[in-house]
Amino acid sequence: MQALTLVEGRAFELTLQRLCHQLIEDHGDLSGTALIGLQPRGVLFARRMKLELERIQTDTAITYGELDITFHRDDFRHRPVTAPSGTTELDFNLDGKRVVLIDDVLHTGRSIRAGLDAMLSFGRPDSVQLMVLVDRRFSRELPIQPDYVGKWVDSIDGQRVKVEWQGTDGRDRILLLTSDDREGVVPPSRSTSVDA
Amino acid sequence: MTPNLRPSSSGGQSEQLSTDHLLGIQDLSAEDIELIFRTADGFKEVLARPIKKVPSLRDITIANLFFENSTRTRISFELAEKRLSADVLNFSSSSSSTKKGETLIDTVNNILAMKVDMVVMRHPDPGAALFLSKHVNARIVNAGDGTHEHPTQALLDAYSIREKLQKVKGVKVLIVGDILHSRVALSNVHCLKKLGAEVMLCGPTTLMPRHAESLGVRVEHDLDKALRWCDVANMLRIQLERQGSDGISNFPSLREYAMLYGLDEERYARIGKPITIMHPGPINRGVEITSGIADHAESIILEQVENGVAVRMAVLYLLAARIPRPQ
Repeated sequence: MQALTLVEGRAFELTLQRLCHQLIEDHGDLSGTALIGLQPRGVLFARRMKLELERIQTDTAITYGELDITFHRDDFRHRPVTAPSGTTELDFNLDGKRVVLIDDVLHTGRSIRAGLDAMLSFGRPDSVQLMVLVDRRFSRELPIQPDYVGKWVDSIDGQRVKVEWQGTDGRDRILLLTSDDREGVVPPSRSTSVDA
Repeated sequence: MTPNLRPSSSGGQSEQLSTDHLLGIQDLSAEDIELIFRTADGFKEVLARPIKKVPSLRDITIANLFFENSTRTRISFELAEKRLSADVLNFSSSSSSTKKGETLIDTVNNILAMKVDMVVMRHPDPGAALFLSKHVNARIVNAGDGTHEHPTQALLDAYSIREKLQKVKGVKVLIVGDILHSRVALSNVHCLKKLGAEVMLCGPTTLMPRHAESLGVRVEHDLDKALRWCDVANMLRIQLERQGSDGISNFPSLREYAMLYGLDEERYARIGKPITIMHPGPINRGVEITSGIADHAESIILEQVENGVAVRMAVLYLLAARIPRPQ
């Protein structure tokens, strides 16, 4: 088993802090901002960002939602994932909001496209930005770029990036896994990858 | 390119229905039903959005063939299909060529020649959906076949119980009324049993099928006793159109039926505990249940209608997931 740890510990903390401050620098007091985490793994990052932001800006209530993109994916009938992987909790209208979509790993961009599509069922935001903890650049299949990036990772086909969280996985870290290490992995093909 | 069939790395569940058609609850496993419910949860949330539509079935065409009158089931299916972005064709018996002597297979094949992927069919003959599934190249959803099954009704009934009581397993469900002519009762029994509920049937002897116990349910003819036993009472409609088809009336009068097997506030008060009231509709107010019971705080009749759309979306979505993409 070979798993390379890319970021952990203090560096991980600092990355989250930096993203918070970048967001505040752009958005001010966040009163017109809505953070939306994408199910299933993006919400773990988004929940953590919400906590960190609340710690930094104690006087502002953060507008926060979670979005499941299952029914908006472009690979329906291409692969057998069918039931929703998480729930959508978005009880506010997006009209006039500055939305920040949050996901853990950006890879092909297809999940984000589905997320944009799903998000538009909730109104017409003033603007939409994308925050990711990991950007696997050079692997995009759609013209989608992030506005806030925790870490750029250059990886090859067959590798996978996994983000683990203290609350769910026991510790905060970003891992680079190679396909040989994982069971049941199908030979790599960019167009069929399911990361982000 | 071969599709990548590995499970989602992001934790999504890699599951599909075990069947290509929904002909009856009998063909489904408990896992299938759970998958339908989980998917319906997602669609229920979609139906609460400002824009209640998803693009999943935009390349699927569905024909609704209703060879028997129906209003609520037909519009529930039609709405479910439209919310999934499918193209929808409606076809009802009053306008059909079957009146002109065309056979069922010819009628359906003519429609399928126009590249239809799925057929939702209601038909007066038991087994019509199964027959069709063996002879035409499309996915069939049974929307009621004679006195046989009405699977989506049973699914939405069980889903509504799950929503109200947070579980189905171990719940005591009473089905009251015209069991003999009711496809809803039969599908409900199969569905509830698969999910681990206890089921009791109650009605006059003339409206109770012989050997009903062989379905693994209890049979009781005293409504008051039955009501004290149950957590949920599903009050079926008296199917006036199916009574006396053999020249013999199954009960002396509606008034007598209402006195013995109708649920009113007084009878409800005598139970001594709250029970959930269900009705598959349309209600004959004052016969199976009084207005006071239909609009009671424990009644989930309108929730059943609302859940019907989400459950039918889930069924259509999961069946469509099994239709191969054209290469």
